[in-house]
Amino acid sequence: MIAFMCRIIFIVTASLVFVVSGSGIDNNTSASELGDWLYDRYETEFYGFVESRQGWRLQDDPFEENETISEARFQLELSKEFDWGIIRFKGDLVGDRVLDEVRGELRVLNIAFSPLKIMDIKAGRQIQTWGTGDLLFINDLFPKDWESFFIGRDDEYLKAPSDSIRASFFSDIMNVDLSYSPLFNGSNYIDGSRLSYWNGAQIAGHENTFNDDERNRFFRDHEISMRLSKTVNGVELALYGYNGFWQTPEGMDPATGKGIYPRLRTVGGSLRAPVMGGIGYSEAGYYDSHQDKNGDNLFVRNSEVRFLAGYERELARNVTGGLQYYLEWMLDYSDYESSLLPGTVQKDEHRHVLTLRLTRLMMNQNLKASVFAYYSPSDQDAYFRPKLHYKVSDRWSIETGGNIFTGKDDHTFFAQLEDNTNVYAGVRYIF
Amino acid sequence: MKKSFLLSGILMLHAMIWAATLPAEGIPGVEEIVDRANKVAYYAGDDGKARVSMTITDAQGRVRIREFVILRKDVSNGGEQKFYVYFKKPGDVRKMVFMVHKRIGANDDRWLYLPALDLVKRIAASDKRTSFVGSHFLYEDVSGRSIIEDDHTLVETSDDYFILNNLPKDPSTVEFKSYKIWIDRRTFMPMKAEYLDKDKQLYRIVEALEVKDIQGHPTVVKSRVRDLINGGETVSVFSDVSYDIGLGDIFTERYLRSAPKEARR
Repeated sequence: MIAFMCRIIFIVTASLVFVVSGSGIDNNTSASELGDWLYDRYETEFYGFVESRQGWRLQDDPFEENETISEARFQLELSKEFDWGIIRFKGDLVGDRVLDEVRGELRVLNIAFSPLKIMDIKAGRQIQTWGTGDLLFINDLFPKDWESFFIGRDDEYLKAPSDSIRASFFSDIMNVDLSYSPLFNGSNYIDGSRLSYWNGAQIAGHENTFNDDERNRFFRDHEISMRLSKTVNGVELALYGYNGFWQTPEGMDPATGKGIYPRLRTVGGSLRAPVMGGIGYSEAGYYDSHQDKNGDNLFVRNSEVRFLAGYERELARNVTGGLQYYLEWMLDYSDYESSLLPGTVQKDEHRHVLTLRLTRLMMNQNLKASVFAYYSPSDQDAYFRPKLHYKVSDRWSIETGGNIFTGKDDHTFFAQLEDNTNVYAGVRYIF
Repeated sequence: MKKSFLLSGILMLHAMIWAATLPAEGIPGVEEIVDRANKVAYYAGDDGKARVSMTITDAQGRVRIREFVILRKDVSNGGEQKFYVYFKKPGDVRKMVFMVHKRIGANDDRWLYLPALDLVKRIAASDKRTSFVGSHFLYEDVSGRSIIEDDHTLVETSDDYFILNNLPKDPSTVEFKSYKIWIDRRTFMPMKAEYLDKDKQLYRIVEALEVKDIQGHPTVVKSRVRDLINGGETVSVFSDVSYDIGLGDIFTERYLRSAPKEARR
């Protein structure tokens, strides 16, 4: 039944995408008139898109189907301004053929207001981001959606929403951001349902998905993020703190074999400034995995120090390049080593990653060609994200790209995804 | 009431006399012309706001629209400035913010805010002669090319214009060989600029199509750039222009993440 409904929604949305195309080439579709009318009449902003996206594996995966993504998506965004603040809504309706389901995804539903001149509040479902890394995160412990990232959904979907109250205070001394979530949000990680992965012993897929024990006690399984920031002579400085849980199940309950989200505290700092005609930045963080204080509990990930440094600059007109170095340094490594069971895969003490980004804008910036590459010399694996995005008109855009994984061993971060190497294409109509 | 009316009448009269007698007072020096034109074109009031609609027509006649609100605040008259650009249309850039802290004799600081990711990105691109949002206008046309980057010569004084030729001090940083600029003798508003490429071929024309007086400041309310080599043009229309609106310091990360009411309305 669900499969049938899914197919129907998929077909309806997909045909909507193409039917609207007939009237959509000019800029006066009824949808945009509705948007203008709502704005004029009720000061309600109305915006959205329909899109269809399809992606395939480039090789056989013994554990998964051929398609990595096959979905039709309808997004609607509404916002209304009042004297006291703003209410925002953004939601997606998705017909997903890979998981054979139709689902709603509420991305944004919040109120934002300024109770004091020096204070902003945003309460409700929201997307949050901070930190300096480019597709690398150290002090940003807000939820991510890695599955979306690896199957070629729009970049927007890498950031998953969190249900939080965020309070920001602004002063000449410094700015303070506090974000409190009464219930741990967590990231969408690779669990085998769509992408095959290393389950600790072997590569597995949708018939052997990873199960976890959800953190679900309100006001007890809560998390808090904090940032202090200040700009001094063009140098952006920030200090961060987080108290909550690992964003992905970095522990295991030996009794049930299920993944668990161990407790995690982090502190860190970052700086970003113009350097030699470009932008240089650096960020570091200490991950205190305090359920495994000594690092000898093999069921909980050890504490870590993480570090990154990056530089981005224009290489030629309309061409920019970026380079980053990233380090995960496992603490108490000898305790980790001696706690290992015979036959288990031993992780390295240091995981080094280099990233390269190249972006070129062409055809009056309507065509954007980019590639982002991760390469780990310690894991000996790599991940490439080539992408072409073309704005056919103000309303239509098409996109194609790939997610290419390669590596020596099955168990490393990117190499485990090797059989998921995929290409995708999508078309979007914006109203 | 009557007194203030009288006073403003006298002031106006003075202004008219001043304007009328200006040409007779001789030609100002070239540096003074350049300085005044720069201030008239980019520094009207202490701050300002405008709603901009750009119509970009490419060589094949395809049309794209960009709509945004631009807020500006001068740190010093003729010196540093801050710009805040809040996009309204098209949908894929809606609510994005582009912010510039313009420096003199140094690279500008530029930021981009992507609302869908809640991401504040610092822009590495330092080349000011790249297209602004895919239009035929360049970043430098929007924020103003620093007057210290060119050598200026007054080549002609017609009844209406001071005509200046401008040579870049560092030719490697620009795509043009030189450009000629027509400055209105009465208002000091630059009305037209013609750019010659390295082969001395005219390839680009920027012109003011309509100038209005807004709060005592001559203001370009319609302008056009034409690309004579590849074809295509962009026309900008400025509406809701106002000056001295009392902008606070909205040029910070706080207002990237939550746009000020001056930008939203």
